[in-house]
Amino acid sequence: MLRIEQLSKVFYPGTVNEKTAIEYIDLDVRDGDFITVVGSNGSGKSTLFNLISGTYPVTGGKIILNGKDVTNSPEYRRAFTIGRIFQDPTKGTAAKMSIEDNMITAFKKGMKGLGISLNASKRGYFKEELKQLSMGLEDRLKDNVGLLSGGQRQALTLLMTVLSRPQMLLLDEHTAALDPRNAQIVMDLTTEFISRYRLTTLMVTHNMQHAIDFGNRLIMMDGGKIILDLSQEEKHSLTVPKLVKMFKSIKNQEYVSDEDLLTP
Amino acid sequence: MLEGIFVDGLIFSIMVIGVLISYRILDFADLTCDGSFATGAAVATMAIVNGTGLATALLLAFLAGAVAGVVTATIHNRLKVPGLLAGILTMTMLYSINIRILGGRANVPLLRIETLYTKFPQIFPMVSTPWALLIGTLLIVFIVKELIDVFFRTDLGISIGALGSNEQMIISMGIDPKLLKVIGMALSNALIALSGGLLAQYQGFADANLGQGMVVQGLAAIMIGEFLFDSNKISLITLRVILGAIIYKALMFLGRYYGYYINLTPSDLKLLTGILVIVSLIVAQTRNAASTADARKKALRRNKERREASMKEGGDA
Repeated sequence: MLRIEQLSKVFYPGTVNEKTAIEYIDLDVRDGDFITVVGSNGSGKSTLFNLISGTYPVTGGKIILNGKDVTNSPEYRRAFTIGRIFQDPTKGTAAKMSIEDNMITAFKKGMKGLGISLNASKRGYFKEELKQLSMGLEDRLKDNVGLLSGGQRQALTLLMTVLSRPQMLLLDEHTAALDPRNAQIVMDLTTEFISRYRLTTLMVTHNMQHAIDFGNRLIMMDGGKIILDLSQEEKHSLTVPKLVKMFKSIKNQEYVSDEDLLTP
Repeated sequence: MLEGIFVDGLIFSIMVIGVLISYRILDFADLTCDGSFATGAAVATMAIVNGTGLATALLLAFLAGAVAGVVTATIHNRLKVPGLLAGILTMTMLYSINIRILGGRANVPLLRIETLYTKFPQIFPMVSTPWALLIGTLLIVFIVKELIDVFFRTDLGISIGALGSNEQMIISMGIDPKLLKVIGMALSNALIALSGGLLAQYQGFADANLGQGMVVQGLAAIMIGEFLFDSNKISLITLRVILGAIIYKALMFLGRYYGYYINLTPSDLKLLTGILVIVSLIVAQTRNAASTADARKKALRRNKERREASMKEGGDA
């Protein structure tokens, strides 16, 4: 599905602010994988997502999507295959437009024509789709999205992303800005949609329990590298303390070597 | 006299719809308008003087405006400069181009030539001349409004609206935002130029300085319209823009006609327009805060009702 070869990203190269965000990452995402991605702030998770979806140009390496090299293709082209949801619930929907207008824009990927697709049957379909969110949005098709709560907007974003039928989902801490109850609702919907439409998924999360509970594979990032890649079987016996211990032991090796440098 | 204000306001309203598209719908602060308005007037005038026929003249003005919009959007897209700067660039270049179009003159009259506004009294002979002009203009504005309303209900139109509200969403939906901006800006400036083409015929001349200060006047009209009523429906939004444009022209008429009682001269009208925009912004801000608070209250109430309803259900079970 997605293959990343020797991917690297350096910000502000050649200046005093030069920062290597991604260091030669190789990653092979198989069809139907649901990978959870963990790592501390600044470990390169979001940069990796930005590179995969095409927000940033890469510094080096290749991104191969469905066997095609998309390293230099613009973000909107890749969006045909990749659906992305951000932490910020306002990023996925247009606040100044009604729910139905938002949904019709999401209904089919790609440039739109002069046809009028929004008719009674589409509205009925949207209502049915909105019902599964059980947030009462099905009665508010004509309300502006700006009037919705963060949880409602994120659930709507998720639904719209799924409506546009991507093959792959990139979830960038998409429940982190929500209260626990809404986060739970959005997470339940996410897993439901992923299994129903068999979406290949990468999910960044800071919730270690989520990282263990969801998906069939777990990746840990640190300092722009993938430092841990656990399969389904390895994840099976995993607990949060074990995961934290693994993280610390890997980090400690670095600290030890740092200390070696400092002590004479 | 009263009919004159309406005709003036209606012609102006087509321009304001253009400003609405760039400023409100696309969220693109576009100053091309100051140039493209005069371009429309110049193209229509020269076309009529050269005997192309009225419909062709207006079509050419429309297309010339569209080209101006495409230029601005392309500068913005390719050179990655802010829309404001791209618009100023095009506007400045258009000043020279407009004088070229007018054959090296800053002003070309449309005297003793058949224009739309000499034709209207013949088309509607049953009413007096001022009324004929009003009916004719009203008809044109109505057609433009209906076409724009339909356009913004199409999939393309809706996605242009979404672009102004959230560019990332458009990218996520697999649409090239640059292309949408080009289309939107072309339409915006085409309408502005069309309005210029009509005004040249109404007042009987084209002038290279015709567009001066148009953006601010357009914004003032949009904001006056927004005081009238609140809506997210495009048909009502264009309606309130038209009403706002007429009210703006009426206010300016009052300023010109009765202003001398308080020592106001016509040159003070730009100051008045600016103050009008600032006052509108202040009022809109306070109103916005109030409506957000109101929406929050409503949401809380809805939540409470839902919770109570679910508790009742829970109790039944």
